[in-house]
Amino acid sequence: MKINLTINGKKYSPDVEPRLLLIHYLRDVAGLTGSHIGCETSLCGACTVELDGKAVKSCSMFAVQADGASLTTIEGLAENGKLHGMQEAFWNQHGAQCGFCTPGMIMASKQILDRNANPTDDEIRHGIEGNLCRCTGYQHIVNAVRAAAAAAGK
Amino acid sequence: MASTITKVEKLVGKRIRRREDPRLITGTATYVDDIQMPGMHYAAIVRSPHAAARIRSIDTKAAAETPSVAAIYTGKDTAKVGPVPCGASLPGLRIPHHYILATDRVYFVGHPVAVVVATDKYLARDAAEKIEIDWEVLPAVADPEKAIAAGAPPVHPEWPDNVAFNYHQEGGDVDKAFAEAEVVVKQRITSQRLIPAAMETRGVVAEWRAADRQLNLYTSTQVPHLVRTLVAGMLGLEENRMRVIAPEVGGGFGSKLNIYAEEALMGFVAMQIGKPVKWIESRRENFLTTIQGRGHVDYFELAAKKDGTILGIKLKLIQDLGAYHQLLTPAIPTLSVLMMPGLYRTQNVRADIIGAFTNCVPTDAYRGAGRPEATHGIERMVDILAAELKMDPAEIRIKNFVHREEFPFPTATGLMYDSGNYAAPLDKAMATVDYKKLRAEQAEARKQGKFMGIGICTYGEICGFGPSPATPAGGWESATVKIEPSGKVTVLTGTCSHGQGEETTFAQIAADELGVDIDDILVLRGDTAIVPYGIGTFGSRATAIGGTALYFALQELRDKVKKFGAMMLESDDVAFANGRVTCNKTGQSKSFAEIAGATYRAMKLPPNTEPGLQSTHFWEPPNFTFGFGAHIVITDIDKDTGQVKIRRYVAVDDCGNILNPLIVDGQVHGGVAQGLGQALWEQAVYDDNGQLITGEYMDYAMPRAHMMPWVESDHTITPSPVNPLGVKGVGEAGTIGCSPAVVNSVVDALSPLGVRHLDMPLTPEKIWKVMAGGKN
Repeated sequence: MKINLTINGKKYSPDVEPRLLLIHYLRDVAGLTGSHIGCETSLCGACTVELDGKAVKSCSMFAVQADGASLTTIEGLAENGKLHGMQEAFWNQHGAQCGFCTPGMIMASKQILDRNANPTDDEIRHGIEGNLCRCTGYQHIVNAVRAAAAAAGK
Repeated sequence: MASTITKVEKLVGKRIRRREDPRLITGTATYVDDIQMPGMHYAAIVRSPHAAARIRSIDTKAAAETPSVAAIYTGKDTAKVGPVPCGASLPGLRIPHHYILATDRVYFVGHPVAVVVATDKYLARDAAEKIEIDWEVLPAVADPEKAIAAGAPPVHPEWPDNVAFNYHQEGGDVDKAFAEAEVVVKQRITSQRLIPAAMETRGVVAEWRAADRQLNLYTSTQVPHLVRTLVAGMLGLEENRMRVIAPEVGGGFGSKLNIYAEEALMGFVAMQIGKPVKWIESRRENFLTTIQGRGHVDYFELAAKKDGTILGIKLKLIQDLGAYHQLLTPAIPTLSVLMMPGLYRTQNVRADIIGAFTNCVPTDAYRGAGRPEATHGIERMVDILAAELKMDPAEIRIKNFVHREEFPFPTATGLMYDSGNYAAPLDKAMATVDYKKLRAEQAEARKQGKFMGIGICTYGEICGFGPSPATPAGGWESATVKIEPSGKVTVLTGTCSHGQGEETTFAQIAADELGVDIDDILVLRGDTAIVPYGIGTFGSRATAIGGTALYFALQELRDKVKKFGAMMLESDDVAFANGRVTCNKTGQSKSFAEIAGATYRAMKLPPNTEPGLQSTHFWEPPNFTFGFGAHIVITDIDKDTGQVKIRRYVAVDDCGNILNPLIVDGQVHGGVAQGLGQALWEQAVYDDNGQLITGEYMDYAMPRAHMMPWVESDHTITPSPVNPLGVKGVGEAGTIGCSPAVVNSVVDALSPLGVRHLDMPLTPEKIWKVMAGGKN
């Protein structure tokens, strides 16, 4: 099936198999390997991308379902070589260890602040509860979201 | 060109952000699944749905006719590939032959039986589903105590008692200690099976270059050099014809400290088809077939005097090994025995291990590997003893601690504790929570019928694995430093970071020792073609051993730079500091970069000196290092639901000198999360037929962000005398200190009901039942 997508501002018009998962399209066809596959069952969130402004788990939808949509992946967050505030905060606060969950975690964290500029710790934790991390215990990730909120509020 | 900046400020000890992060936060890191090659094929593995069964026949015809399928291999094809190796040796150890694909029989659910190779990964999976296997299902056993009981189905028919080994270790006079005891407490304590569940599953890309007789194996591993040595051996390939690359590795926690069937299998397939092949483990496969951790049933006995002095410890340990020995499977419970006295002075210990085969995936090293089990045991027993004697759990610990002036301290299990001040972290943690006030508050809460608990764990751990005589495959580590002609510095380490931040901490060490800017330093690891032989990252060893190897390699180069500098300045009286060699008499100096260039141009050489600036150091540690600490956990239990709420979590860890506090905090937080997972939620549950019930993230309760308490992390610093950096290790500390503190806290909360012990995980259901039914 022919579909039209905009990914990180760039237009794509691929012919895809109906059963091709969006994450496989992004990684294997579009070559955007920053989004990861941690479970293929929507439970871990490593594949989280933004679709028309909403964080979605790209392992749990078909590429054809994204027809006409505009997507942002981790590769599209930095602008003109300048890191997004959430990326900068993850770096400063040591929000990443092995880094595998990190792209999805950053996308989910970005959405928290898109919806609520000053979240409480509780709201941050619930905002990323769909994203698993086995390394950090989440504490430095919570710090990162706080720091990004503070920096954006300046 | 000499961009090297002279600087004075030391970086070791600074809270600096990590140098590996830019690629991780931008999604540009390369994990195994991100590798693409022309002509790539994809492998799908057919696995046993039964825990025990005979294979009557395998029909691959329909699968072979699936479009894009290039090849299918079964156990008959791979029988000549060497067995998956066990690196541990124990007297009388029974080692089953572990074929990379099952030949005539399977031993656990997930056991690999066949592999389908296709040019399309969806079609490879389709084809794998078309393989028909005629099974004769056999009785299975999944519980280690049931396995060693009379009449259990034999896991391996050649050993009908299901006992892989018996191991005995004893120190002091245990019988005398128990004969003289005024009180003896006994308890059965389990440490359940856990699933390591690194966020990146295992994965392998294999590429065979026939004309060069060269196998390139990209694998998500903590130990690339061991993989090369052992997988080359399995494949009958010369070791120097194999290159193993661990690209970005998405977490390991011990589960990637191993040699897996699939690593050899992909090498085999690539050599057969002459094309690159990729296998990425699904999450379901990861839960079923990657090694699991723990799996202990421990029978503890503690002998003591009425004043709380511990006289002796007995332990009968039944280890659930699973169906095979992976790399270190049988060795893990022996580490529990080594640490069974904990931080306490008792010199009388006796341990007997029974290694039990079960029809489950093998257990092996998982964060802490043997030490969390030991710590959980002794720390629960000390609390049980305190309850028996109506003593305060802090007081009884302090009474039995090895004293500060007794180090180095020889333990009854044959270890030599390097340095310690065990009361210091406990004092600090107690002050932080205001322990005395807290106990008063608890007494008040109890009057109101509330369940509030205060739990203490004071742990010790073996870090820095380890002296080579104590490890199966060498316990040293290597480091190479190359100073390029421009003065830029490349560090090659034999350790293999998979999240620990060694690219940062090792650069800090090098920057300080050479006096150069940290931006001039590049740390590389994880490629056997680039890095001299090394051991890897596990067992809280990377900094203590790999960092020390680096330190010594740097000293050799410092000396050489100084020698060249002296020659260039035509003076014998020079000093090397802050990136410059300076003549003490004239004040003239040469920059690091100027000298580096001169060593390669080699117009003139100092006497008995070779050109160039490169040094490799293999460092053999004289001892382990022994970290320690105190964790205090305050819990409130919901009377209606049995839910455990953690009000405060205070961790005071002593890991020796701290190179980067930001990274150390991250290690503690992550360790605590895994310990808390074990204490409250996680458990690999097998039914009686050996089916894994918790086979997905849906059923296996790994901590999520909203489940974690705020961890108040603090430190005391007792440098290790074992290495010049004074470091001990911290990767496993949080995990080891956590579970006993949590369980002690919950048992303390429920003690008014007569509860003395509860086994993990402390799910609301379990606690609700205890509260509903009274005594445990």
